[in-house]
Amino acid sequence: MIKDAYGETLKHFSVKVRRQAGPNAKPYWENFRVEYESDMNVISVLQKIAAMSKTADGRTTTPVAWDCGCLEEVCGACTMVINGRVRQSCSALVDRLLGDSKEITLEPMSKFPVVRDLVVDRSRLFHNLKRVKAWVPVDTYYDMGPGPLQPRSQQEENYPLSECMSCGCCLEACPQFTKVEVKRQANETDEQFEARKAAAYDTAFLGPHAISQAMLFNNHPTGKNIADERLEALSGPGGIQVCGNAQNCVAVCPKHIPLTTSIGRAGRAVTLNKLRKWFGR
Amino acid sequence: MSKQRVVVVGGGLAGLSCTMKLCELGLDVDLISLVPVKRSHSVCAQGGINSCNDQTRQLGDSEWLHLDDTVYGGDFLQHQPPVKEMAMWGPKIIDLMDRLGVPFNRTGEGFIDRRRFGGTLYKRTAFAGATTGQQLLYALDEQVRRWEVEGRVKKYEHWDFLGPVLNDAGVCRGVVAQNLLTMEIRALPAEAVVIATGGPGLVYGRSTMSVMCTGSAASRCFQAGAKYANGEFIQVHPTAIPGADKLRLMSESARGEGGRVWVPRKPQDPRDPKAIPESERFYFLEERYPKYGNLVPRDIATREIFDVCVNEGLSVDKDRLCVYLDLTHIPASELDRKLGGILDIYQKFQGVDPRKTPMKIFPAVHYSMGGLWVDYQRHGDGGLVVGHPRNHQTNIPGLYAIGECDYQYHGANRLGANSLLSCIFSGLLVAPSIETLIKSTKRTAAEDATNLCEQARKDHQARHDAMLSRTGGNENPYLIHRELGDVMTKAATVVRRNDQLAAAYETVSELHERAKRCSLSDTGTWTNQNVAFTRSLLDMFPLAKTILKGALQRDECRGAHYKPEFAMPSLKADTPEGRRIEAEAWCDAFEANTARWLKSTIAVLDGDHPLLSYEDVDTSIIPPRPRLYGLVGAEEIDAVWKERSQRRAHESKLQPVG
Repeated sequence: MIKDAYGETLKHFSVKVRRQAGPNAKPYWENFRVEYESDMNVISVLQKIAAMSKTADGRTTTPVAWDCGCLEEVCGACTMVINGRVRQSCSALVDRLLGDSKEITLEPMSKFPVVRDLVVDRSRLFHNLKRVKAWVPVDTYYDMGPGPLQPRSQQEENYPLSECMSCGCCLEACPQFTKVEVKRQANETDEQFEARKAAAYDTAFLGPHAISQAMLFNNHPTGKNIADERLEALSGPGGIQVCGNAQNCVAVCPKHIPLTTSIGRAGRAVTLNKLRKWFGR
Repeated sequence: MSKQRVVVVGGGLAGLSCTMKLCELGLDVDLISLVPVKRSHSVCAQGGINSCNDQTRQLGDSEWLHLDDTVYGGDFLQHQPPVKEMAMWGPKIIDLMDRLGVPFNRTGEGFIDRRRFGGTLYKRTAFAGATTGQQLLYALDEQVRRWEVEGRVKKYEHWDFLGPVLNDAGVCRGVVAQNLLTMEIRALPAEAVVIATGGPGLVYGRSTMSVMCTGSAASRCFQAGAKYANGEFIQVHPTAIPGADKLRLMSESARGEGGRVWVPRKPQDPRDPKAIPESERFYFLEERYPKYGNLVPRDIATREIFDVCVNEGLSVDKDRLCVYLDLTHIPASELDRKLGGILDIYQKFQGVDPRKTPMKIFPAVHYSMGGLWVDYQRHGDGGLVVGHPRNHQTNIPGLYAIGECDYQYHGANRLGANSLLSCIFSGLLVAPSIETLIKSTKRTAAEDATNLCEQARKDHQARHDAMLSRTGGNENPYLIHRELGDVMTKAATVVRRNDQLAAAYETVSELHERAKRCSLSDTGTWTNQNVAFTRSLLDMFPLAKTILKGALQRDECRGAHYKPEFAMPSLKADTPEGRRIEAEAWCDAFEANTARWLKSTIAVLDGDHPLLSYEDVDTSIIPPRPRLYGLVGAEEIDAVWKERSQRRAHESKLQPVG
């Protein structure tokens, strides 16, 4: 329970949302007055806003568009900037937010193109997983018996990296990961548009999440069979050399993934790989 | 001839395993999903995935016992051949997922570690911390991404499946889907369509399910003529964390790793739980079910928790129903290694550290055992004919259903850690069936169904436009959804009564009429979530009515479906002779009930209302038996039943079972 300035139990609180009707529209702020209940999170705030569709000054408006999924911080969908900090809206609890500030401010992530309101296009994030071949290159899905034995220590090293839910927090916080927005041209087919986007993404920074995934698979007994290909991607344009070592990524990761450790390992592996290539192995 | 394509709707474990296997078999896939597939609801599965394994095998386990546990746990309501086939594949599926890079927890020697789950006495469950579903999903997502790079999979993420396209002969030849960002509606011709869209949790408002689990895709197939089976069998998970927006799952693995459920013997004892001595704690599951303890199947644990709170008044809190789930006797380092993910969730949302303080939990709607009716081809060995086109086909030719949205594997109650198995298994199994189907198709859908698909697209476009331009009505879809959830949760969860079910059917029918008059607060043509939600709300009603009507008509208790009015009585006599007589009568009643009710409910839609019929269940491998789980006070029933089945076996010269 939160008390207001007069020691009374809070009845309403104010929510400020940065809205945008579409990719080419101008952003604007809209204020909402939301009825307080105990145990609310930002998801339930947005649900209430959708149900009332009225601004604080009583004007009818459209529901705020936002992404969400599991509501328990494992799917990564509901990432946004809340009171200036990037995080998942499901685990952003109202009581704690209002403890620090009188109102709640919601903004879309700034490193991805806005689709509408708080919905952003994170396809680049998934595209970068393709660039580093973040998979185990198995021969077949037929039954070939068990995989290789793995010591517990290796599982304990890999599991935290494998918890990355592609939420984008690390990318929002990274100074070197800058927005790439490819706007659709008139008379362009889907395929042409997708190809142009992919080309733009291919030379831009991979980001900490993709570097860490490359290290995850290079540390897997079968995954490492294509370790060199991943290191090639890490040393190409938009590769690991872009990282400025700001270490913001690891500070904002909701899963506490040791991203800077991964980046350090990737840096050393890339250097070794280059040396090996110079000396012809 | 143009290239043959398969449409897969849904990118969870079932949809992705199916997609990657189809690619391996040389077929190209259009993969439609409401969310980027890596964010599918499978990520919420926590505890693990079951299979017989090298260690349990040496303790007497086998695939047959996994089959037996599954059908006993499901109260015999599932056809046994598909379950047998699944149990046989179990060890191979774990091996495959291991090869795909799933970071399963390891023993000191480096083998895959296992834990025990509900409804079994063996440690069959492989796990990756307490985020096993997430880890399995990611491994499959990575494989599908690999095929995507090779141009074999085209993903339609943020797309909503609007319905199957059927030709005049009633054969499925494609789908119509809508891009929820641009709102473009498009038809995709396909040789076969696979529905892998999970459960209908949102019919209950709040549940452990993700927001996209509306059941709308299954409902759209149901409305197009597909049969829906055993809708009334909804699993209520015993342990969840209540919340305003969602009831968050607290995995069964917490009990699998030694977690104990208890309440203070003194109602609403105000003391710190750690200060309450053992003798003043009521470990009700352990006392009533000494053989299985805290790992009785979910339907039983849920009813016991509900009963101890509601009927015995022993809820921990006065104003909120809950019991303790206690892990505090286990070292924190071990908890972190095996259960880290779920403990973090509890701490994040409740602000209390479950390593130090017992958690407060209560049951919540979790899983649908029922779903789209699907077929199978039985093999002479009791399993399935792999590659037969009937496997997982709905009654609409060319339309398949797999994963939670089919009704095939879990009967009246699903065992924990069997859903991940059934999802991956059904995905891998259906792919060769589709391969066989397609080999016999002469012309591709792209060649002969273009006009058909275009007409279907136009129809959906017109419906969509009509919805946007609808005026008046003024009903609010979000508020109607809340009312629907309240009605369903009250009438059709743990305890069901005919008067309440009948009244709920009326109320839901009224809500359905009101929902048709919803006015949209957003009539825009770009990323309109309002129209998508309202449409899926309308599609919840056929399923809600099917659940209610199925529950109303089924006058018995079976697995998750519990009606006190039709419960089998417990033994009351205090002499051995008296108890013997009661046990004989009990077994007679059990046999009569089996003859009357061991049948799947099959619903078809007639206008706005479901029509029900009943289908016999193939129990040819393991004969049905009373499901007591070693309940204290029910020993005589077990004894009488054993004598009867031995007598029967002797008469028919068969091996006794059970």
